[in-house]
Amino acid sequence: MIKVKGLKARVDEKIVLDGVDIEVGAGEIVALMGPNGSGKSSLSNILIGNPKYEVLEGQVWFDGTDITNFSVDERARMGLVMSFQHPVAIPGVTVRELILSALRQKGLTVSALEVKKEIEKIAAELSLDEALLARGVNDGFSGGERKKLEILQMKVLKPKMLIVDEIDSGLDIDALKIVADGINDLVKNGNTGVLLITHYQRLLKFLKPNKVVVLRRGKVVDSGGDEVVTKLENQGYQVYE
Amino acid sequence: MSRFDPKVQSSVADVSGVDDQYQLGHADKVEYEYKAPKGLSEKVVSEISIRKGEPLWMLEKRLEGLKIFQEKKIPGWGADLSEVNFENIHYYLKPKTGESRSWSNVPDEIKKTFDKIGVPEAEREMLAGVKGQYDSEVIYGSLKKNLEDKGVVFLSMDEGLKQYESLVREYFGTVVPAGDNKLAALNTAVWSGGSFVYVPKGLDVGMPLQAYFRINAENAGQFERTLIIADEGSKLHYIEGCSAPAYSAASLHAAVVEIFVKKDASVQYSTVQNWYKNVFNLVTKRSWVGENAKMKWVDGNLGSKTTMKYPACILAGRGASGEVLSVAWAGKNQHQDTGAKMIHLAPQTTSRIISKSISKAGGRATYRGMIQISRGAKGSRSKVVCDALLLDEKSRTDTYPMNKIMENEVVMEHEATVSKVSEEQLLYLMSRGIEEHEAEALIVNGFMDDVVKEIPLEYAVEMNRLIQLEMEGSVG
Repeated sequence: MIKVKGLKARVDEKIVLDGVDIEVGAGEIVALMGPNGSGKSSLSNILIGNPKYEVLEGQVWFDGTDITNFSVDERARMGLVMSFQHPVAIPGVTVRELILSALRQKGLTVSALEVKKEIEKIAAELSLDEALLARGVNDGFSGGERKKLEILQMKVLKPKMLIVDEIDSGLDIDALKIVADGINDLVKNGNTGVLLITHYQRLLKFLKPNKVVVLRRGKVVDSGGDEVVTKLENQGYQVYE
Repeated sequence: MSRFDPKVQSSVADVSGVDDQYQLGHADKVEYEYKAPKGLSEKVVSEISIRKGEPLWMLEKRLEGLKIFQEKKIPGWGADLSEVNFENIHYYLKPKTGESRSWSNVPDEIKKTFDKIGVPEAEREMLAGVKGQYDSEVIYGSLKKNLEDKGVVFLSMDEGLKQYESLVREYFGTVVPAGDNKLAALNTAVWSGGSFVYVPKGLDVGMPLQAYFRINAENAGQFERTLIIADEGSKLHYIEGCSAPAYSAASLHAAVVEIFVKKDASVQYSTVQNWYKNVFNLVTKRSWVGENAKMKWVDGNLGSKTTMKYPACILAGRGASGEVLSVAWAGKNQHQDTGAKMIHLAPQTTSRIISKSISKAGGRATYRGMIQISRGAKGSRSKVVCDALLLDEKSRTDTYPMNKIMENEVVMEHEATVSKVSEEQLLYLMSRGIEEHEAEALIVNGFMDDVVKEIPLEYAVEMNRLIQLEMEGSVG
């Protein structure tokens, strides 16, 4: 569903990806691992079309369309959405308004009341305090609440392709399980493809990847199944030095 | 009743040929019954007064205004007014009746905006200054009778002066004297049009009075003068103006509004100003508020090139309260220099100012406010909240609060915030599939929420829509 070919990109004059190929199919979980500064977050930002990053070579294909030059919002409306590592606070814009607007911009006819009910239902599943829904998005939210809110949005927006950037950072084990359940649900019931960015293995106990890809200095240095995770567990990233 | 409350004043006389240097080059061929020569002189001022058949004391006031205008300097503390050429303005124009300009002369962007906000055909022509008068006799007829039965006086200022000379003489220029500032002096000298309102004791007018319904043959707008007297225990909501873009060839608007809110009375005065973007909008608005009386100004400034406007309340009676809710939008090439003044003269007086401004595309929004708590105003309270939102790096906001507290045992609170819409915030919203301008609109609406809640609903809805149109860059 998403296919990256020979991607070379830079941000602020610095090359962050140096010829990356990666592919994630529908209903598939691909874990993208690598040490800090390996280019994981850069790749996710480039995939969603963050204009700060400049693609020098290569293409991004989504659902058979070359989306390399598509804007962030166009990609999102096509069904390519990211859960952010550090979701920003937007005072004054409530969760409900954000979701309602996102659905309507997709061209869906939805009633505000139905959306409100659905959001409340999902919030309960995620054990996210309902009072937060009337607040500004992420405004005064704890780290864990922010991550849950990301998952809440995904469950309403039902993306075809979900990029999950370091969702495990700052989550306790209970919250991690809730978040992972949310993602598993999208994969199983929505056939959503997931690119899971993490540099810890603990998340992979809850989310079983079909494939693991290791990135280092902007290049794919390894890929495979569980054995890659085991290798990393035992030897760390030094193995790729 | 239209939601777009068009402004009768924005029609033929001002719209056409007032300024030969008119930037957009619409040389309208309108014939005038009388056209004063450019510039100001005693002769021009006398001519205005005589043609209007005014009493001598008004002529004297006008001449006094002229003298002060000539002596006073342009205010140096506010917006840049160096482009205003006072010598290049016709200060009085009386169009021949039935004269009209052509719809084809109206700029395209104005027409497009009318389409977008859905102004009915009949009103469009009036708003664009094609029609001198808007035929609202049908609506107005019954309203007029209803008001008359209650004893409410609602006339053009010129007509008010004719019919209620002694009332006008008693109040005119007492809360905004000619010597207040150069523009108030100018208005005193050359005023034309505006409204005269008197609400009798104990009467609640009920429905809002709108300038829209007041048909005055003599088109005002440029130097309108409004005088409102709410007698003891009465209640009034007055709505001025028009939120569709008021197209005017006149590049200077210097209006004066004086309001008297007597003991136990309550007045709300609402404006959404959306002048065309060549206009210098320099307005003096002030109210005198008596014992336990309430005054509330709701002031939205979206249009014009430069606005200087600081609605004021003189809290003169014990327990008087004053409030200003101000919303300003400063887009490309715009400077909205707005704010409020609260002068506490009596004990237990309260005031509240909420100001919200949004700047985009290099626009500049300035909040300028003054709170004065005079000696003797014990137990008074004042609260000021001014929030500014910057939509990009090019835009600017400034805050100039001034507090003069000369009494003890008072409470004065001031909160000010400046927030900037960050690229990160926009990226976040866009990453959910929301287009950029819609993402901005969400943030702006959120920012305005607490002040919009206090504005009459129709205005609030419309203001939101106008701001969204502004953000798409499509309002003329």
